[in-house]
Amino acid sequence: MFSDTRDILRAIATTVVPEAKALTESEWADVERIIASALSKRPPAMVRQVMVFLRTVQRLPLLRYGLRFTSLDDARRAQVLNWLQENRIFLLRKGMWGLRTLILMGYYARPAAADRIGYRASARGWQAIR
Amino acid sequence: MMEKTYDVVIVGSGAGGGTVAAALAPLVRGGKRVLVLEQGARIEDHEFTGREIEMADALYEDGGGFLTSDGAMTLAFGRAYGGSTVVYTGTSLVAPERVIRQWNVPGLTHADIAERSEKYKQQNSVHLLPPEEINDNNRLFVEGAAAAGYHAEQFPLNVKGCLGSSLCNLGCPNAAKQGTNRVQLPAAERAGVEIVTRAHVQRVEERAVIVDIGAKRPGQKGRESEWQPGEYRVRAGMIVLAGGSIGSTALLLRSGFGRMLPRLGERFTCHPAHILVAEHDRPITNCVGHPKSYFVDRAEGEGFVLETCMYFPFTAAKNMTGFGAEHSSFMRAFPRLQMILVLACDRAVPGNRIRVDREGRPVVDYTFTNETIEALVRGTRASARIFFGAGALRVHAPSARPRLIQARERDRLDERIDARHFIIGTTSVSAAHLMGGCAMGRDATDSVTDSYGRVHGVPWLRVADSSLFPDALQINPYLTVMALADRVASMVLQESAEIAGAMRI
Repeated sequence: MFSDTRDILRAIATTVVPEAKALTESEWADVERIIASALSKRPPAMVRQVMVFLRTVQRLPLLRYGLRFTSLDDARRAQVLNWLQENRIFLLRKGMWGLRTLILMGYYARPAAADRIGYRASARGWQAIR
Repeated sequence: MMEKTYDVVIVGSGAGGGTVAAALAPLVRGGKRVLVLEQGARIEDHEFTGREIEMADALYEDGGGFLTSDGAMTLAFGRAYGGSTVVYTGTSLVAPERVIRQWNVPGLTHADIAERSEKYKQQNSVHLLPPEEINDNNRLFVEGAAAAGYHAEQFPLNVKGCLGSSLCNLGCPNAAKQGTNRVQLPAAERAGVEIVTRAHVQRVEERAVIVDIGAKRPGQKGRESEWQPGEYRVRAGMIVLAGGSIGSTALLLRSGFGRMLPRLGERFTCHPAHILVAEHDRPITNCVGHPKSYFVDRAEGEGFVLETCMYFPFTAAKNMTGFGAEHSSFMRAFPRLQMILVLACDRAVPGNRIRVDREGRPVVDYTFTNETIEALVRGTRASARIFFGAGALRVHAPSARPRLIQARERDRLDERIDARHFIIGTTSVSAAHLMGGCAMGRDATDSVTDSYGRVHGVPWLRVADSSLFPDALQINPYLTVMALADRVASMVLQESAEIAGAMRI
């Protein structure tokens, strides 16, 4: 699904979740699989919108910095995403919220991420800690 | 198309449908045939793994990510044998008297709702958890509320043998929560009521429903459907819709009932909610123990209710507004996090409604009124006071800029948390108390049904779910849904002789 947009997705993902920079290739594959699976259950039009938005994020910085998103440093990437998040145009805010949600799902829905942040819920409940 | 005939068909198996199914079981003993059609699957006990995405996909519509038409709010509702009662936390409150009075539905009294609610509290083993089962996340809420001048009350819960997995919203892995999947539906089946899962009702026709039975896809959780996949016409003397606010309303709309029921789809409310997060200086018990044991009710006057809560990594991350280092720092502090759910008591207003698109899929239009936004902001300020009263170091507030509020700023909360920072499309808002769409009232000029869920002008069609609410309930709706469904069923029982007559024709 992300063959043409993998670099863009990863650049945005590492801005949304800085810890994602430490992901291995296999962990990235898990992130992408989770996102792709979520998108596969959505209408095709929504999937197209996500892809268009990814490419929009890639090109937008050309107007201000003369560089594509993937060529920006961390601080400028964050500025671009923040500009989108707080934008006066609702569609841009909505696009950013949706993309951010997919990335957070891809990253935090992995058991390894839950483990890393210390999330320890267990079906055994109190028995697991007493 | 295959054809089947029943005396009563119930669409949906949640708080409404499950209640009606069990209440109509005496009809089966009298020789009648009662059928429940449930869109979701019958999940096996061992399939409740507590894994976030896996369970959300199995138990929620759109995996829990159903969005309002403008994409600004996420609506969560269950889709399984047991409906949303599989995924709620089991909080069991009786409808406030003032709300039922404000609804002003002819023939509906608070005394009747309260009496029926008590019956289901008994049936569902509702009780208060003992102190030793209250975790730190809840204890800190009580302490913080007291320090901030609020009165925290304990939720009565419908659990039996709760181990404190904290996984209620992903379906209890220990079968402790007494939803309709554990109580009313099994009782109904034992009495001879038939329940068919993976049954998507496409439309309602004259004394019949057209239903698609889906096949289980590879990797999907749950049993195969009880019927062979395919399209069926199921004839019935009586049809009771209990597919929830969105499900029942959309079904009636795509069946063409909007022409005779001009109020169909209106009066949608949902208690829009923020999940607020605060960090303490030490680990607390939060991912163990029942997650929702206490609440602060400020609905009357201030328009909000605060509830304890504890969500899973992705849900928590998604509901915290923003991204980047600040967002991540809270996520890394998970073992030290306290959470509060702020619910706004929104009101039914024109324009907030359910409709269907050209394919008949439900669409929810929702605009945040200034009153709703102000209620969320007031609730956020109150939560911040509670967090700091409990000793939190810092609070993440969606309606603040910057969103991170340090303890030293606790005296500036009115200034720091402000409605001007509530930005639709940026600020994360979600809702799980979906109400209205087939509101009760006097006649078709002001409503869709009467106080017994009888659809105006259609004697064989009833509604028995939260779509009946003419306005927000201001508490968790499930017990009131059961009370109303019990009321609907009692009228169906009274009219059972009439049903038999219709079937003979």
